[in-house]
Amino acid sequence: MSCKIGYFGEFGGRFVPETLFAPLLELEEAYREVASDEGFQKELKELLKSFVGRPTPLFYAESLSQMAGCRVYLKREDLCHTGSHKINNTLGQVLLTKRLDKRRVIAETGAGQHGVATATAAALLGLECEVYMGEEDMRRQAINVVRMELLGARVIPVISGSRTLKDAINEALRDWVANVDTTHYVIGSVVGPHPFPTMVRDFQRVIGDEAKEQLLKVEGRLPTHCIACVGGGSNAMGLFTAFRDDPCRFIGVEAKGAETLSGNGEIGVLHGFKSYFLQDEWGQITPTDAIAAGLDYPGVGPEHAFFKETLRCTYRHVSPKEAVEAFRTLAKAEGIIPALESAHAVAGLLAERWNEQDLVLVCLSGRGDKDLSEIIEKGVLQ
Amino acid sequence: MKGITERLRELTQRGRCAVIPYITAGYPDWDTTKALLQRLPEAGADIVELGIPFSDPMADGPVIQRASEEALKKGINLEIILKGLQELTTKPSLVAMGYYNPILRYGIERFVERAVSAGIGGLIVPDLPPEEGEELIEAANRHGVATIFLIAPTTPRERIPVIAEATTGFIYLVSLKGVTGSDVGSLKPILERVDEIRSLTSLPVCVGFGISTPEQAKIISRHAQGVIIGSAVIKRLEEKGIEGAVRFIEEISEAVV
Ligand SMILES: Cc1ncc(COP(=O)(O)O)c(C=O)c1O
Repeated sequence: MSCKIGYFGEFGGRFVPETLFAPLLELEEAYREVASDEGFQKELKELLKSFVGRPTPLFYAESLSQMAGCRVYLKREDLCHTGSHKINNTLGQVLLTKRLDKRRVIAETGAGQHGVATATAAALLGLECEVYMGEEDMRRQAINVVRMELLGARVIPVISGSRTLKDAINEALRDWVANVDTTHYVIGSVVGPHPFPTMVRDFQRVIGDEAKEQLLKVEGRLPTHCIACVGGGSNAMGLFTAFRDDPCRFIGVEAKGAETLSGNGEIGVLHGFKSYFLQDEWGQITPTDAIAAGLDYPGVGPEHAFFKETLRCTYRHVSPKEAVEAFRTLAKAEGIIPALESAHAVAGLLAERWNEQDLVLVCLSGRGDKDLSEIIEKGVLQ
Repeated sequence: MKGITERLRELTQRGRCAVIPYITAGYPDWDTTKALLQRLPEAGADIVELGIPFSDPMADGPVIQRASEEALKKGINLEIILKGLQELTTKPSLVAMGYYNPILRYGIERFVERAVSAGIGGLIVPDLPPEEGEELIEAANRHGVATIFLIAPTTPRERIPVIAEATTGFIYLVSLKGVTGSDVGSLKPILERVDEIRSLTSLPVCVGFGISTPEQAKIISRHAQGVIIGSAVIKRLEEKGIEGAVRFIEEISEAVV
């Protein structure tokens, strides 16, 4: 096993054009500094509290528990300001951007949640913001486009390739290569070249850290299982990290149509890192078809690839039908309309067989308002 | 076949800056690629850089993106390229430019071995910095194919020897901060950069990204050992077909010293 810098086992690395190599070293150094800088951490913590609304509640889902046949707690990231866990990461990275003395941030977005979260952090902290979004996703997530624009960001339609998340990342990387002096690229998940997977995980680990404390308080014991949906894998890694060394099982739920770790993914290199990717026999990346735009990514963060190889986490996928059913179930039974992405985690819960003693922690990564027009259009509720 | 470095040395001794057009393999079809591989040397190309199409070319601008997409749509793949090259009886000095994933998928050892027998003299992998390239470098050295790494405007001076150390063919100096086909702007800093690199290594230096006119090529040719022209060639090909691309390279070739 390699223990090179920025690797999780054999996954990760820095597979980038030379133009980005030195800036990535600089970013790594700056990140190392702020990671142990009390002033920075205090500022971030304060923003997470007063601006985002952290700590988010841990909610005992009684009806869902009955259905599943175990005790189920939901970590309510849907109650974060802007409606998903993405803001935990963007505030951290945008604060870091200010430390780097850069005045502009760019981001890619699929569902629009990360774009909105980046635009929000940029508005709050006074930075210029441009967001790359696939044309197809702009249509699917029209409300989020309006939100970003209201927040002062410019949304740039991506018309190359498959016009979804992966192509938005390509365009953002191209922009970054051209403007790296003035611009920081706020990557939205635990993907990309080192130090992004580590940095984004660290900014998201607040999810699991809080949940652990909250659960110990009410239940007096650790969860037996943690469940989260996996697109790039940031809400999952954010939840799992606190329980890494505990006897707690992890389940990562992918979307059918983008089942990288639970389906046909093969080892490869894309977007600056080595991991599993959906690709054909010639190493061309293949199009995805997930019902949730935020899960519509043909790869997965390198630490998840490592978790798969070392059997630390089990990865499975659920169908669009299961996801929509879970979406309805949660709305009716618990009064929570989840993001379609998060509905995959709930569907993953409902698809497993549980013991009465099991104590299951599910990350509810976001709220579902953004998905309603898509749901209506597809007619999936009939 | 002579190595790429020797080829460049020989040209330099004759006082000629190498003209290196880039073409995307299989764009708009493999027959065109084959024809260009015959015609470009006659037009004055000293080396041809052959691009292996990839679905996600993150270092490329819109022109080469489009060409790659088009070629992939027509079903091009590494096997067709390598086999096709092997069947050609005459071909120019060749370097291959390809993103890492298709190579990784094909198998590094298998790729390098096949590349050599297909007449490829050097390898450019734009998303593979030397730090990640151990395996490819090792295989390339063993099979006697040149490794070509890039130096960018953001590369700090201290890093230049690290890149030179991993390079056996030529240093590919990226002329601009950006993707292929962008606007190069002022040439002066590029020329200074060439001189800086030359003071730190004896490797030949070839300049590429955004070079689009005979005038630019001429100015660069006074300092560098080679000038690489990509998007501008593909654009000619797109607009005026094989004849247009050939005539363009003739103009470039006449301009360089
Ligand atoms: C609500 C929500 N959950 C999950 C995801 C997937 O991202 P990740 O796997 O990085 O958590 C997204 C992405 O847009 C999202 O908006």
